[in-house]
Amino acid sequence: MDQNYLIGAFKPSCNISITFSDAKNRKQVPMKKENGQTLMVPLFHSQENIAGKISIEPLQGKKVDQVGVKVELLGQIEMYFDRGNFYDFASLVRELDVPGEIYERKTYPFEFSTVEMPYETYNGVNVRLRYVLKVTVTRAYAGSIIEYQDFVVSNYSPPPPINNSIKMEVGIEDCLHIEFEYNKSKYHLKDVIIGKIYFLLVRIKIKNMDIEIRRRESTGSGANTHVETETLAKFELMDGAPVRGESIPIRLFLSPYELTPTHRNINNKFSVKYYLNLVLVDEEDRRYFKQQEITIYRLQESS
Amino acid sequence: MIADGVENEEKWLAAGIAGLQQNAFYMHRALDSNNLRDALKYSAQMLSELRTSKLSPHKYYELYMRAFDELRKLEMFFKEEARRGCSIIDLYELVQHAGNILPRLYLLCTVGSVYIKSKEAPAKDVLKDLVEMCRGIQHPVRGLFLRSYLSQVSRDKLPDIGSEYEGDADTVVDAVEFVLQNFTEMNKLWVRMQHQGPAREKEKREKERSELRDLVGKNLHVLSQIEGVDLDMYKDTVLPRVLEQVVNCKDEIAQFYLMDCIIQVFPDEYHLQTLEILLGACPQLQPSVDIKTVLSRLMERLSNYAASSAEVLPEFLQVEAFSKLNNAIGKVIEAQVDMPIFGAVTLYSSLLTFTLHVHPDRLDYADQVLGACVKKLSSKGKLDDSKATKQIVALLSAPLEKYNDIVTALKLSNYPRVMEYLDIETNKIMATVIIQSIMKNNTHISTADKVEALFELMTGLIKDLDGAEEEVDEDDFKEEQNSVARLIQMLYNDDQEEMFQIICTVKKHIMTGGPKRLPFTVPPLVFLSLKLVRRLQGSSQDQEENPFGDDSSTSPKKIFQLLNQTIEALSIVPAPELALRLYLQCAEAANDCDLEPVAYEFFTQAYILYEEEVSDSKAQVTALHLIIGTLQRMHVFGVENRDTLTHKATGYSAKLLKKPDQCRAVYGCAHLFWVDDQDNMKDGERVLICLKRALRIANAAQQMSNAARGNTGSVLLFVEILNKYLYFYEKGNPQITVAAIQSLIELITTEMQSDNSPPDPAADAFLASTLRYLQFQKQKGGAISEKYEAIKIWHSWWSEELDASNASSVLTPCVLVNDTVVIFTELHDLSV
Repeated sequence: MDQNYLIGAFKPSCNISITFSDAKNRKQVPMKKENGQTLMVPLFHSQENIAGKISIEPLQGKKVDQVGVKVELLGQIEMYFDRGNFYDFASLVRELDVPGEIYERKTYPFEFSTVEMPYETYNGVNVRLRYVLKVTVTRAYAGSIIEYQDFVVSNYSPPPPINNSIKMEVGIEDCLHIEFEYNKSKYHLKDVIIGKIYFLLVRIKIKNMDIEIRRRESTGSGANTHVETETLAKFELMDGAPVRGESIPIRLFLSPYELTPTHRNINNKFSVKYYLNLVLVDEEDRRYFKQQEITIYRLQESS
Repeated sequence: MIADGVENEEKWLAAGIAGLQQNAFYMHRALDSNNLRDALKYSAQMLSELRTSKLSPHKYYELYMRAFDELRKLEMFFKEEARRGCSIIDLYELVQHAGNILPRLYLLCTVGSVYIKSKEAPAKDVLKDLVEMCRGIQHPVRGLFLRSYLSQVSRDKLPDIGSEYEGDADTVVDAVEFVLQNFTEMNKLWVRMQHQGPAREKEKREKERSELRDLVGKNLHVLSQIEGVDLDMYKDTVLPRVLEQVVNCKDEIAQFYLMDCIIQVFPDEYHLQTLEILLGACPQLQPSVDIKTVLSRLMERLSNYAASSAEVLPEFLQVEAFSKLNNAIGKVIEAQVDMPIFGAVTLYSSLLTFTLHVHPDRLDYADQVLGACVKKLSSKGKLDDSKATKQIVALLSAPLEKYNDIVTALKLSNYPRVMEYLDIETNKIMATVIIQSIMKNNTHISTADKVEALFELMTGLIKDLDGAEEEVDEDDFKEEQNSVARLIQMLYNDDQEEMFQIICTVKKHIMTGGPKRLPFTVPPLVFLSLKLVRRLQGSSQDQEENPFGDDSSTSPKKIFQLLNQTIEALSIVPAPELALRLYLQCAEAANDCDLEPVAYEFFTQAYILYEEEVSDSKAQVTALHLIIGTLQRMHVFGVENRDTLTHKATGYSAKLLKKPDQCRAVYGCAHLFWVDDQDNMKDGERVLICLKRALRIANAAQQMSNAARGNTGSVLLFVEILNKYLYFYEKGNPQITVAAIQSLIELITTEMQSDNSPPDPAADAFLASTLRYLQFQKQKGGAISEKYEAIKIWHSWWSEELDASNASSVLTPCVLVNDTVVIFTELHDLSV
């Protein structure tokens, strides 16, 4: 009996569930939770209607004495060094009920029409951008009962009108001269990087050459800027020492890697940029590299 | 340290194999459960073992082969996947997600092969992509193996003419392009090996490179197997591109190997039609390239091609193969200043072989080659390089082998000039080769001019050359001189005049031979001359109107004069016994020509030699028997001359040292007075005198023996004399009486039974045979039997002896078969 009482004491007095009206047809994507588990959540794009139902079901024999029921659509940026402090860049509210008592299951439809969601969901090293539906049942004397429902937002970009190749000659004087070429400067997430490296002068004994995809996430601003760089892909391009005149092909499929589009400036809070890093390693394990920024965008999938 | 290295390498290999097998195991499991993702993961891990740098090519190959086998299984799986509906294009992309390049490319080639087979994309596009992507491997060994894997899996998928992969867009041009590109890249990698790593390991590296060369060469082989590579394509694309790579790589090992490869893998007629292009590359190769071997092999191939069928010969003429090769060789020799003389000679030798095969009718070509060789040699003086001389021997032997006829070779004016550059030893060898060729082919050297030329070639054998170091092996020397002797015997011309000239030429040359050679060379010359004498004799009998003695033509007399001088030359050796025999031989020939003075002169010379030079008693005995035998047959002598000579001979007989020798010589002399078929030469009395004298000497011999040793010695001499008695008795010499014979038999039997004489089985047998002969003649019937009936012997005695003789008689058959007596047979033998 004691136990029951205790359980009853800590349990919220009602269950809140949120369902989307097009849940059956909507695409679900995996999302990592903070505890490391992956959860399938619906995927939305900017300017879509987000509609559904919220049902509140008091526990057996209990009533909820509420002074207001609302649903909020929040776009939040969370800095990990400032944990728990969310910055809401978007916030929409729908009041669902007038104060009163709920004795039995009660369902409220809701709808946010053509919601402007300019930023994509992002899970970085130091920063997270999330979208969430937040249902709050405010009670007069007890604390509010709150339920969250995450969803993911991704936004397509049209193919860039200008997409020049990246071509550059780099080197160390009288030691190593190479010219490399990437066919584009802007790639979509399932793109292939095609390119070539020409060896114009080789006076060092090269062991191998890799291309890396690096993500540079910078958060904060001014003196508080944090920059975190991750290597998301390491792809060997060449094995052995080339001689002058050799040209080595590059063909790197981006699809196997977990990339996101480039984010230039998200609400002055953070940015995510991508770089291709060409690394040559000599026999003494010295590394020679050249980093070039590329833009990654999400292309509307044709299917 | 090296041992350590080997040991470590074994360890690394073992570790590599273990890693490979482990991943292969997981790969198989994934394949069995159709788990594509795992299959790719484990196959990539498996292939990662090939990323090692620690193995030598040899060991790496072992690892590679294991991976290769595993990849076959993976390929099967990919095929299955494709059949199950998995998009091959997706697979082609999927394998490219592998992070490490080497496994990625192996997988790509494997899928690529399935991709081509699926025909979802044109073969040429896939091939082009593969060969391009493989550029990522710049490590020579790993790159070579990867590309050879590519070549291996693509071999049966080239869009060749008639292949299922040929299409509107895919043509043989693409196939060729692909192979050429792979070849070029592989060669670059191969050459690069030379320049990587420390200089002190150069030797090791070259060894490793040679282990890998077939990987590169395989591409050329593939090219040669492509049906669509016809002559035009070979000429316009394949050869120029390959040669471009060969020339530009500037690597000695590669250039040599690849040139050789080109020559070996492509068809002969292609070579013939592209000679100019191929040869044009030669002077551009590195100076250190062993170009002579390359060109030699080319010429060897072309020679064989020419020899294979007469139908192809016009092609050779049409493309002027000879002049092209000739020019090319000239240029190469010019370009490679440091080429050893040996190399140049090898080239000329090959060219000569070539021209002999292709243009057997163009002696001028052959002579031209020899001329060029002389020119090259003249700048160097006499050769002391053994390899070069060997090559010259080969060069000079080639025409002999081809024409099977030294006569043709003798027409090559430059032939002797080349020989001049040989050292003495080799010169001899070459001369021997020439002689052997003549022997083998039974060549007739039929004019004095040719003989002259031939002997010029063989100078090394004919006389001591200046500066010849001595200490020649005795056996070798004999061998050489014997072959010269055989050669002399082979010279022949139907025309007697010319034949005489030949003999004069030979004489001129052999006279320069010095004391060591003359004993070998004079006899054949003498007999060659005597043969001519006999022919003259024969022809003069046929044509009475041209009697010899006519000064203008060749006469036996002239020949005999020449012979006289020739034999005289032996005196410097000295070889009196040989000279004596030869004189006697000549005397007999003169006898047959009825030239009494000449014959007498020869006999005189023989006698002089006997008296002055033959001092050894054994030699004297032999010589004397020869003299007797020869003299016996002479019929040309008048009474006076014969008497003189006979008298001398008997005189010599009596002066021999040993009594038995004396005895035998004397009874031999008996024959000088009894020539069977000449009635005027039957002097029975003097025969008897000789025999009696012989008996006396035999008797004296017995007494001497008795005095010296205490026994009378053998009765053999008596038995021999008995045989002489019987002979002359049978021939009807009236001086030989039955009584004398019977008493001789009696004497012998008495002697034999006396205790004083030692048993002598030979004598016993001889006697028994003689008596049996007697008996046989008695029973034969006719006049002979009657004659023999007169001779009585005690029957009981000889029959007993006969039994005894059955056991030991050796001479029996001889006596029974011939109706001549044993000793006389011996005489004949000696006089031949």
